[in-house]
Amino acid sequence: MSAFLLNRFLQSVVLLVIVSIIGFTVLNLMPGGPMAQYGLDPGMTSDDLERLKEQLGLNRPILVQYFDWAWRLLQGDWGTSFRDGSPVLSVIGRHIFATLLLMGSSTVIAIAVGTWIGIRGATHRYSAFDYVATIGAMVALSIPTFWFGLVGIYIFSLELGWLPAGNMYTIGDGSALNYLHHLIMPSVVLALVHIAIWSRYMRTATLDVISQEFVKTARAKGVPERRVLMKHVVGNALLPMITLAGVQLPSILTGALVTETVFTWPGMGRLFLDSLGYSDFPVVMGLLMFSAILTILGNLIADIVVALVDPRIRLA
Amino acid sequence: MSANIHAVVSDDVALSVRGLTVSLPTGMERSHAVKDISFDLKRGQILCVIGESGSGKSVTANTIMGLLPKMIAVTGGSITLDGREIVGIGPEELRSLRGRVVSMIFQDPLSALNPLMTVGAQIDEAMQAHGIGTPTSRRERALELLTEVGLPEPEVMYHQYPFRLSGGQRQRVMIAMALALEPSILIADEPTTALDVTTQAQILELIRDIQRRKNMSVMFITHDFGVVAEIADSVVVMEKGHVVEQGSAQDVLKTPKHPYTKRLIAAVPHLTGKDRVPLQTISTGPVLKVENLVKTYRSGSKLFGKQRVVQAVREVSFELAPGRTLGVVGESGSGKSSLGRLLTKLMVSDGGRILFEDRDVAPLSEAEFRPTRQRIQMIFQDPFASLNPRATIGRILTVGPIAHGMAPAVAREEARAMLDLVGLDAGAIGRYPHEFSGGQRQRIGIARALMFKPKLLVADEAVSALDVSIQAQILQLLDKIQRETGVSMVFITHDLRVASQICDEIAVMQHGRIVEMGPPSQIFLNPQAAYTRELVAAIPGERPTGMAPVAVAAEP
Repeated sequence: MSAFLLNRFLQSVVLLVIVSIIGFTVLNLMPGGPMAQYGLDPGMTSDDLERLKEQLGLNRPILVQYFDWAWRLLQGDWGTSFRDGSPVLSVIGRHIFATLLLMGSSTVIAIAVGTWIGIRGATHRYSAFDYVATIGAMVALSIPTFWFGLVGIYIFSLELGWLPAGNMYTIGDGSALNYLHHLIMPSVVLALVHIAIWSRYMRTATLDVISQEFVKTARAKGVPERRVLMKHVVGNALLPMITLAGVQLPSILTGALVTETVFTWPGMGRLFLDSLGYSDFPVVMGLLMFSAILTILGNLIADIVVALVDPRIRLA
Repeated sequence: MSANIHAVVSDDVALSVRGLTVSLPTGMERSHAVKDISFDLKRGQILCVIGESGSGKSVTANTIMGLLPKMIAVTGGSITLDGREIVGIGPEELRSLRGRVVSMIFQDPLSALNPLMTVGAQIDEAMQAHGIGTPTSRRERALELLTEVGLPEPEVMYHQYPFRLSGGQRQRVMIAMALALEPSILIADEPTTALDVTTQAQILELIRDIQRRKNMSVMFITHDFGVVAEIADSVVVMEKGHVVEQGSAQDVLKTPKHPYTKRLIAAVPHLTGKDRVPLQTISTGPVLKVENLVKTYRSGSKLFGKQRVVQAVREVSFELAPGRTLGVVGESGSGKSSLGRLLTKLMVSDGGRILFEDRDVAPLSEAEFRPTRQRIQMIFQDPFASLNPRATIGRILTVGPIAHGMAPAVAREEARAMLDLVGLDAGAIGRYPHEFSGGQRQRIGIARALMFKPKLLVADEAVSALDVSIQAQILQLLDKIQRETGVSMVFITHDLRVASQICDEIAVMQHGRIVEMGPPSQIFLNPQAAYTRELVAAIPGERPTGMAPVAVAAEP
C-alpha cells in the first residue's frame, strides 16, 4: 500500500507540473497578456504600465516568471488577485463552500438515483422501465446542462414560483432550510447528466455480475432473492463504480461551472469566469491548480476506497 | 417411457424424474432443452448423468434446483423430491428447498464463490438463509464443516477470502456450503472438470466419502467416462435432450447398448502405454533444442521488499526431432504454458538457449525473430476466443501470410488447400467463426497455423475445451497432418490420457522443472519419478485391469 501511495504521489506531482505549464503558457498567449485589464484603464500611461509590469515582475522572461510562481506556490503563497489585491487562497476560500455544497449534493443525487435506475434496468431488462431509462439517459446526455437550467427556471421559478431562480440564499435569511430551498434546482440540474452516465454504467456492471456463477451459488443455497440482489450482485457491481466516481469528479466540477453561471451561484465556477473576464491571472492559475489537485485527490481517494473494499487488492 | 409417469415412487428413491420436458424459447436450434426424460436417483447412491455439451444435463440439474432462467420453462412431466412434487410449486417454496433438501455444487470453483465475502460468511449464509441456528451455533457448524471437507486450519480458513484459496480448496468450501444443512440430495455439476488431475482425484474421493458417511444421494453430472467409472452406481446417458440409455454403472460401461454410448466410451482417450510408430524423416538433426531455459516472474516492488519471485521455468532442456511430438504435461502452475510461450517468443526468457534449426532464437529481438516466427506456430486452447469474430475464415487464414509478403491470390489458394487438409469444406472461406462448432473452429485454428508451412507447432491445451468425441477427431487430424507435412509438435496438456495418444515422448513438469522425460510406455507403465507415479495414479477410470472401480465394486 505504501508503495502504491508513493507511486501515485509522484504521478500526481508530474501531472500538476504539466497542468501548471499548460495553464501558464496559455494565459500568457492571450491577447494583451496579463496586463490587458490595466491597459483598458484610460488613466494609464504606457510608463505607468511599464512600472506596473516591473512591480509585478511581469517584465521578466516567462520561464523565470513560471519558476518564481511555482516556487511561491510550494511555499503556500498563491499570489494576489489583480482585481482586489487579496491573496488568491482567500479569494478561492470565499467561493469554495458554495461549489463543494453544489457538487456534493448533486453527486449524492446522481449516485443514489443512478444506482437505483441502473439496478432496476438490469433486473428488469427490456422492460418498459428499461426502455424509458435508456431513452431518458440519451436525452439527458444530448441536451446541454444550461438548457435544463433555463427550462427549470422558467417552469419552477417563473411559472410555478416554487423554487428561487438563483443565488445560494436570500439575503437576511441564513437558515439551513433557505439554503436547501435554493440548492434544489441547481443540484438536480447538475445531477441530470451524471444520473444518465451513472445509470448506464451501473446497468452494465449489474448485468456483468448477475450472470456470474457465485450469484447462482447464492441462489442454490436458498438465499432470498432480495438478499442475492443486494448483497451479492450490487456489492460486486459497485466496485467498478467507485473508480467511475473518481473519474467523474472533474466533469462534475466543469458542470458546476456552467450551472453556477445559470443560477448565479456564488461558487468557484463563477469566480473562474469573472476572473478570466478581468484577466485576473493569479486567481485563474490558482483555480486551475486547485481543480487539478481536487481531481487528483478524487481519483486517489477512489483508488484507496477500492483497495479497502476489495479484499483481493487489500490483502494482495 | 410415458407409461412410467404414474409409477408409484418407492421409499428408496430420493429423486424421481418422470417425463420431464423443458422447452427452449423459439429461435434456438432445437425446441426442447430436454424432452420426456425419466430417471430415478436411489437413496444413498451416486447417479452419473453423462453427455456432451448441449445434451441437456445441466438444464436437468437446474430444473431440479428451480434455477432455470425465466425464458426457459418446464412444459411437462414431474420431479419428485423426497416424495414431494416440485414442478409447479411457487418460487418461495422452491427457495426453501434449495440448500436444505437439495444442494448443488458447480463446475468452476474460481467463480462460484463471492470474491467480497469471507469463506465463513458464505457458509454461514447457507444456514442463515433458512433461519437456522444462532450466529454462534452457525459459526461452530461452519468450522465443523470446514474440518469435515478436509481443509487445513479451519479457524484461519473461516476468515479467508476466496482469492487466497486454490481451486481444490475452493471446491471443498463449495462442498462444505452444500452440506451445511445436511441435504438429502447433492447435485454436482461437473465439479471436477476445472481441476487438475490430482485435485480431481481428491475431490472425487471426498464426495464419495461424504456420500457414504451421510448416506446421501448424489446426482453427478459429467462428460468424462473416466469419472463415471470411478464413482458411479448407476448411469444416465443423455444426447440432445433425450435419455438414450440408463442402467447400473457396470452394465453401461461394460456392455453399452445404444450406439451413442458406445461412441462416447470409444472416444474416451485411454492410456495406451504403447509408443507411437515414429515418422521416418530424412534429416536427423533436431528441429528444436532447448538448453537450460529459465523464466522468472517478479511482482511487487523491489524497493519495498515485498517482491514475489516465481520461478516458472527452471533449467529446462530437451530436444525435438523433425516429425516428432513432445508432450509437456503437468498441473496448473507447473510452468508448462510458460514454456510454450517462451518457445514461441510470446514471452522473453531470462536465460538459456532455444536452438531452432541450429540458431539460437532466445536473444533475438522482435524484428530479428519475425522471419523465423512463421515457422513456429501456435494452436490455442479456446477455439471460441482465438478467432476474430468479425473476420471471415478466409481473412483469418490469409492475413498473416499476406502480411509476410504472400500474394493475396496465392494466399487464398493456399487457404482452400489448408481447409481441405483439416477436413473442412472450401466454402468455409467466406463464413464467420460463429457459424462453426467448437471442433470446427479448432480445425480452423490448426489451418491458420499451417498456412505458414511451419516446422514447429506449439499446441497449448489444444483439445482441452472440446467434447471427448471431438477431441479424438482433432487428435487424429493432428496425427495425420504430422504424417503428411513432417511438422514437429510440442503438445502441452494437463490430460495425461490425451498426451499418451499423440506423443512420441512426454516431459512431466512440476514447479518449473522437467522431473521426468520418456516415451509413453515409460511414463505410464514404468514411471521413474514419484511425481509421475502420483499423476498417473490420479487419472480417473484408469486402473490396472482386473480391479474394478471402488464405487462399482461396492454395489451388491
